[in-house]
Amino acid sequence: MENTLRPVLVGNVADLPEKLGKTVKIGTKEIAVFRLENGKIRAIENRCPHKGGVLAEGIVSGEFVFCPMHDWKISVADGKVQDPDVGCVQSYPIEIKDEQVYIFLED
Amino acid sequence: MQKLVLIGNGMAGIRTLEEILKLNPDRFDITVFGSEPYPNYNRIQLSKVLQGDTSLKDITLNEWQWYEDNNIRLYPGETVTSINKDQQIVYTDKGKGQPFDKLIIATGSNPFMLPLPGVEKEGVIAFRNIKDTETIVEYAKKYKKAAVIGGGLLGLEAARGLLNLGMQVDVIHIHDFLMERQLDRTAGKLLQAELEMQGMNFLLQKSTIEILGKKQVSGLRFKDGSRIKADLVVMAVGIKPNVAIAQEAGIPVSRGILVNDFLETGIPNIYAVGECAEHRGMVYGLVAPLYQQGEVLAKRICEVEAEGYKGSVLSTHLKVSGVDVFSTGKIIEDDNSKVSKMHDDLRGLYQKIIFEKGKMAGAVLYGNTKDGNKLLNFIKKGTTIEEYLEATQNPEKEISSVADMPDEEMICGCNGITKGAIVEAIHTQGLTTVEQVKGCTNASRSCGGCKSLVSELLQCTLGDSFDVNQKEAICSCTPLSRDEVVQEIRTKGLTHIREVMNVLGWKNDGCSKCKPALNYYLGMIAPLKYKDEKEARFVNERLHANIQKDGTFSVVPRMYGGVTTSEALRKIADVADKYQVGTIKVTGGQRIDLLGVKKDDLPKIWAELDMPSGSAYAKGLRTVKTCVGESYCRFGTQDSMGMGIKLEKKFEGLNTPHKFKMAVSACPRNCAESGIKDVGIVGVDGAWEMYVGGNGGTHLRKGDLLFKFKSEEELIEMIGAFLQYYRETAIYLERISAWVDRLGLDHIKEVLSVESMVKSLNARMEEALSIVQDPWKEAINNKTLLKDLYQTVKVPTKVE
Repeated sequence: MENTLRPVLVGNVADLPEKLGKTVKIGTKEIAVFRLENGKIRAIENRCPHKGGVLAEGIVSGEFVFCPMHDWKISVADGKVQDPDVGCVQSYPIEIKDEQVYIFLED
Repeated sequence: MQKLVLIGNGMAGIRTLEEILKLNPDRFDITVFGSEPYPNYNRIQLSKVLQGDTSLKDITLNEWQWYEDNNIRLYPGETVTSINKDQQIVYTDKGKGQPFDKLIIATGSNPFMLPLPGVEKEGVIAFRNIKDTETIVEYAKKYKKAAVIGGGLLGLEAARGLLNLGMQVDVIHIHDFLMERQLDRTAGKLLQAELEMQGMNFLLQKSTIEILGKKQVSGLRFKDGSRIKADLVVMAVGIKPNVAIAQEAGIPVSRGILVNDFLETGIPNIYAVGECAEHRGMVYGLVAPLYQQGEVLAKRICEVEAEGYKGSVLSTHLKVSGVDVFSTGKIIEDDNSKVSKMHDDLRGLYQKIIFEKGKMAGAVLYGNTKDGNKLLNFIKKGTTIEEYLEATQNPEKEISSVADMPDEEMICGCNGITKGAIVEAIHTQGLTTVEQVKGCTNASRSCGGCKSLVSELLQCTLGDSFDVNQKEAICSCTPLSRDEVVQEIRTKGLTHIREVMNVLGWKNDGCSKCKPALNYYLGMIAPLKYKDEKEARFVNERLHANIQKDGTFSVVPRMYGGVTTSEALRKIADVADKYQVGTIKVTGGQRIDLLGVKKDDLPKIWAELDMPSGSAYAKGLRTVKTCVGESYCRFGTQDSMGMGIKLEKKFEGLNTPHKFKMAVSACPRNCAESGIKDVGIVGVDGAWEMYVGGNGGTHLRKGDLLFKFKSEEELIEMIGAFLQYYRETAIYLERISAWVDRLGLDHIKEVLSVESMVKSLNARMEEALSIVQDPWKEAINNKTLLKDLYQTVKVPTKVE
């Protein structure tokens, strides 16, 4: 059976702090939602593949977040860990409708 | 798919797999067996772990994830016990049988334990793996006296680590000078003098004959009848190739497992690589040769045509802080050698280069090892005496030795990065600094020994556009140094981070290194105008709490001078109960730490405590530790508690390049440990002494006496001037101890001896202090801050 994506409303754009991350808990899942300097909104799993650091608390630069635990650099667009470290976190599609932010999760 | 089995989950074997995956990622179904319960780690850095420079988690080379990502089945903590070479199956201690088409043996080596009576006693160990390292650290907590048998490379690195762990160390060596396999007598004696200064005690020309003690070791007895006491004995007399399973399986073995130039053993489809292999009569115990072998073997197994392995020229670097030793090739001259020698006893410098049959054959360097890699390359190239003289006499005509290196030549032995890979990265990614090369390729990321080679390579690749004397850039986003950036901010009147990055041509949107640094510099330059950018701050300083490894936080309220009241303690206790704080801990700085607090609870706890923040997270004043002083102590000469409270109230909340700690003791007994604080005050009869640059952390440093004052006012004024001078001239994240070392105590004394200077520094300090607000109060009174920083969004999942 094919996996379908369902949108989950997480709040208004204005609820997200600029140039920072926000921890969003959906059930037991923890997602880091970022409002970037260029206005874009991105969502990735809130858990660094290295030692489980909370990515929502990292310093955000451009399309990257730096994990607060050991400074791994991770793309908030596709979840890919940047050189010289390796790995990946799950990234989630986002849609904004009438200033409302929806995250798409697998059903 | 063909089945490839690797016995040994260490540096040589995994390196070989990495090379195989590069050549042909889908060719093999790979299984790895490793006796140790860890993923592949950097064994050569164990001594750094012991010396406290590095933590265990930092030396992992391949995370568990790497094995998974590459579909490698790893069995950690499982040992292969036999090989059936005819049926091509290996068997393990857990009863598993694993068939193979190709088998790589990379079992490394075992430490050699002298067969002395008593060697089985508790407290007698080798220094070879993570477990040994952990055992040594445990012993250092309980015992005082350690003995290291063996004055070679490993023994001395272990001994230095034991000193750092606070043990007394005797090093027992059978020869009359140290590291006799790598050094000559002159260099060995220079090394000994330096290490004795660092606190090591040497027993040379001593032969151990018995390990004393009952169940637990208590000492050593020597051939000459003498004895010493020891609670811990570290045996570091050498290693021997681990060939047992190969031998039992009938694979030809001499000292190591015999291999040809393609790392093939005498049995088809079975290969050996690394410390367990013997190639042309040589067994190698250093990392570079192992990596070179790994590359050749990978090509062989993947059937890629390649030249065979021809053996390696070895070089050694001793990894002990404060000592620079390098040696390579032939080290002792004979009647047929020609020698170039330089020896300066006063500065502790020694250099010897040996030529044989007209060609460079070896070198020993002590004190200054900058030329080490260059000499190694001269030897590999077979440089003649004439070429060497020409190259050194006429520096302009000198051809850069890296320029002549072939592309496959290894630059970074630790990470196995070749010249070709670095040059390609420089070209394709437009790299211009050593820091950038490190970030992109991993070269110089491990021991840092190849930094000068990388720099040389940048120089010859980029030509004139590379500035050899480049100052340390802030980070890889810009080639500008701290001084240049601060200068530009001042002259151009830049006011915020984005503006600095745009105007000064940052290559990207900044990173976790430059953004906090710029935030500090901007605030330091214009304290009244600059609006602190909280998104450029590290999480602890942004949230005013310390993040813990599980994502919870800790709360440390201010306790001025470590003095408290029953009322304050009661309040802390009540809050701890109400919010079910996980652990309550008294800190090293004389206050109380509440650990395991959820982020959402932070503002509530602060409001109920109603106490100022202790800034335990800040790049600023942490604590002022005090002793009881003249109010109670019969030795006290001054009111240390009063002075401590006064200083903490004056400088709390100040932003500085790095954290700083202070202490006030009321007599030279120094119960508040003023000698190892960034600024330490010692009261003596009728005066105050001010010490600066002390540090009790990784880089232990004793504070230097700056000045002595009769009055409190003069003392406080000087502390203000000193701290402001540090704020204005230090590099972000440079501790006061490192800053004092960089500028020199005499320079700082000179500056602060000028009265007008002290006045103007203090005026600027007052300005910086005028904007300080208690961050906890600020947060609980600001709804936007509360929502932006402390609240988690919770979306309930639908019940379907």
